[in-house]
Amino acid sequence: MIDKLSLATVYPEIVLLVMACIIALVDLSNTSPRRTRTYVLTLLTLAVVGVLTGLNAVEGKTAYGFGGMVVSDPMGNWLKCFATIALMVTLVYGRPYAGDRDMLRGGELFTISMFALLGMFVMISGSNFLLIYLGLELLTLSSYALVALRRDNAVASEAAMKYFVLGAMASGFLLYGLSMMYGATGSLDINEVYKSISTHKVNHQVLVFGLVFIVAGLGFKVGAAPFHMWVPDVYQGAPTAVTLLIGAAPELAAFAIIIRLLVEALVPLAFDWQQMLAVLAIASLLVGNLAAIAQTNLKRMLAYSTIAQMGFMLLGLVAGVVNGNSYNGASAYSASMFYIVTYVLTTLASFGIILLLAREGFESEEIVDLAGLNQRSPLYAGVMAIAMFSLAGLPPLVGFYAKLAVLQALIASGQAIYIYLAVFAVLMSLIGAFYYLRIVKVMYFDKPVTVSTVSAPRDVRVVLTLNGALILGLGILPGGLMTLCAKAIVATLAT
Amino acid sequence: MGLLSLAIWVPIAFGAVLLAFGRDEHANGVRWIALIGSVVSFLVTVPLYMRFQLGSAAMQFVEKASWIERFHVNYHLGVDGISLWLVLLTSFITVVVVISAWQVITERVNQYMGAFLILSGLMIGVFSAIDGLLFYVFFEATLIPMYLIIGIWGGPNKIYAAFKFFLYTLLGSLLMLVALIYLYNKSGGSFDILTWHQLPLTGSAQTFLFFAFFAAFAVKVPMWPVHTWLPDVHVEAPTGGSAVLAAIMLKLGAYGFLRFSMPIAPDASHEWAWLMIALSLVAVIYVGLVALVQQDMKKLVAYSSVAHMGFVTLGFFIFNELGVAGGIVQMIAHGFVSAAMFLGIGVLYDRVHSRQIADYGGVVNTMPKFAAFALLFAMANCGLPGTAGFVGEWMVILGAVKFNFWVGFGAATALIFGAAYTLWMYKRVYLGPVGNDHVKVLKDINAREFLMLSLLAIAVLWMGLYPKPFTDVMNASVTDLLRHVAISKIPS
Repeated sequence: MIDKLSLATVYPEIVLLVMACIIALVDLSNTSPRRTRTYVLTLLTLAVVGVLTGLNAVEGKTAYGFGGMVVSDPMGNWLKCFATIALMVTLVYGRPYAGDRDMLRGGELFTISMFALLGMFVMISGSNFLLIYLGLELLTLSSYALVALRRDNAVASEAAMKYFVLGAMASGFLLYGLSMMYGATGSLDINEVYKSISTHKVNHQVLVFGLVFIVAGLGFKVGAAPFHMWVPDVYQGAPTAVTLLIGAAPELAAFAIIIRLLVEALVPLAFDWQQMLAVLAIASLLVGNLAAIAQTNLKRMLAYSTIAQMGFMLLGLVAGVVNGNSYNGASAYSASMFYIVTYVLTTLASFGIILLLAREGFESEEIVDLAGLNQRSPLYAGVMAIAMFSLAGLPPLVGFYAKLAVLQALIASGQAIYIYLAVFAVLMSLIGAFYYLRIVKVMYFDKPVTVSTVSAPRDVRVVLTLNGALILGLGILPGGLMTLCAKAIVATLAT
Repeated sequence: MGLLSLAIWVPIAFGAVLLAFGRDEHANGVRWIALIGSVVSFLVTVPLYMRFQLGSAAMQFVEKASWIERFHVNYHLGVDGISLWLVLLTSFITVVVVISAWQVITERVNQYMGAFLILSGLMIGVFSAIDGLLFYVFFEATLIPMYLIIGIWGGPNKIYAAFKFFLYTLLGSLLMLVALIYLYNKSGGSFDILTWHQLPLTGSAQTFLFFAFFAAFAVKVPMWPVHTWLPDVHVEAPTGGSAVLAAIMLKLGAYGFLRFSMPIAPDASHEWAWLMIALSLVAVIYVGLVALVQQDMKKLVAYSSVAHMGFVTLGFFIFNELGVAGGIVQMIAHGFVSAAMFLGIGVLYDRVHSRQIADYGGVVNTMPKFAAFALLFAMANCGLPGTAGFVGEWMVILGAVKFNFWVGFGAATALIFGAAYTLWMYKRVYLGPVGNDHVKVLKDINAREFLMLSLLAIAVLWMGLYPKPFTDVMNASVTDLLRHVAISKIPS
């Protein structure tokens, strides 16, 4: 089965795997505490992989490999490209922080995160339940190790423990659901499953039973309420560099498997899973937004904000199919894709600022640690303010268009119930605006505790500035990215 | 680039440059750049008036380019008789505000000036957008600089005020967003406001849209009973912030009624006109009485703003030409007068650091030049003939009497209350013997303040003595609007 054509669909993954192994070996002889050589090699590899996946994505072709196990389509390739970029940015932001906290002594941060990326790639391009599950496990196992990277830190170890136990349970749920599907349809292949379900010969009850477990497992992975319990603890407990690592790029992969499993394989059951997702979305919006208000810890607040944002993203998926009619599908799913991509972009900026401030010996995890940032560094305060206003969904920042696209998908369905959902989401984002505004308030209106200026290595400063500029720039001209998402989703649904 | 694009982006570009400028050691250079930027952006808007085709109700200076292709959103600009003067007002007030901040703001000068210039460009954007989403983007974006202006340079309770301002107005505009998307889908995928004006809509859809827009615009105007944020914000905001807020930002709401609520949902507008008129009358009469008992000068002027804006909405919803045109004239007049009132209070506050009326008395003895200006603006605020305040109020009252005698009668009482609270404040602050030691050592206004107040004085007198340039511009558009609003849009 291994032919040239199949290899052509996975060569970015091969490059990534080979280079991850080589870099792990090279790192053995690297004695510098800052691991500059490993760092540069990793970034170079990621740049190459990013370009490869980007070129694939631009080409816009869909190809299957290994007997339909693997698919390389525009949506997958774009998500891979974005995930690679997100990981690069994460490593740039995270390296000074990790270096200060003795997390670079072995080169694991770099190699394990490359394996995590490989796991994401496999998740994104899996067209088979088994492969998707394998990718997911590779990602989560890497993440467990990364969260526990500060061995001597009790909080981090506790977070790793929680993450591991809950994550294993979620994986179990997902696996159980997938096996139910397999039992009912007799296939692990996504296209086969779709065919056999749409011919209506499968016992609906078994399918729905399996579906419940699949949705629960996915809910865990994206951190949607009521499966969100791990999110605040892990976000808070993990070293901030790792928080960013598990909070940014993997969201893209999680989105991909939602599309693969729920839309590509199980869209005939859309009526059932949409209701479940709607419940998850409403719960996430409520829990995330209300709990975030009460937080004083910045990382914890951002964790709850993630939950709320994921709720909003799920609403886009809910609007895809109306009365068995999927004409709204492409626009709804592409709205969700746009949402998740811009969310990752914004998350990178906000955690980048936290990482930057955390360098001076203390963790900078409390909201009050941001006090008077504007006086210490107008640039970084500006970037953080842009990120917060974007998360709050204010124009002209990119977060607004993400919310707009999702709301448009909901209202375009024409169903009264969806319009109520849109109004509910809007009211919840008003609550959300309150705690994002509080961050801006602390930075701009409060007096700084220290007056020292904030300094950053040049690479961090350049990337962080670009990151902020991109949130604003995409807000002024969001058309390109929107079209890109729409085209990618259309191409994926067409097959 | 067209004129309107220049009017929007020149101040924003200058503002962005200022933000990049850095720390306060260059404060003087920053001030000059801000002044040049605001004057240039004012000069850019002047040709809009010079080249405006009178007698045409169509959008002029139209620019159109595809912006977000996926949602058929266009970068679509244009002004008609309703919005032209609001654009000019915005760029004019920005110049005045920059001058007013010259020596007053000494901390983070570049951010202060930058925020005002960006705000100015965004507000011009609101007045000239004829694409629904473009309008919304500008409308919402104004919240960010205003929030920062209140929060950074405001008074002791600034954080409460900044949050109240932001969240109140955000709530309204989010509901408007839902309405905009609803219209987008109803019209088969268009965000063009002019297309929406032609859209047939059922009665219940119109009611939904009317109240969604009402949520956004009534809060912004603000109408009674959602006006409570305004006095709080005015008290805390820095002088320039109060001036811009009262002079222009409140107009965004009133303008929205004309551009969205009335032409898109004419049947619902007629049906709910009684509510709008009732709320407006409450604003005019009750809030006027509330203003009478204020101890704080800024609060007094803030309540007087609510009352004056009540006139505007009253004029709109009596659906006759005098009323609507009067409402628009009143918007512009209130722009000049309220800015002048707040800047005047700012002049006193800079010297004494109090806004309590009781802390003053006899200011005319130590600041005669300033007191003369203050008298002119006080007269304009109570609507004395010959000043800007008179024209709009008189037109609205005339229109209201035509509509219903008792509505006109109620509106006319505002002239009495307006005169009462304004003149009483003037008497307590300026007249009589010198009140205390603070007042005894006051220095009269300097050249900068003189310049700033004379600019406004010229505007107030010009508009009062010769309102023709203002009314001529809007006649055709108002007639067209009313003709349009008179036709039912409920599909038969």
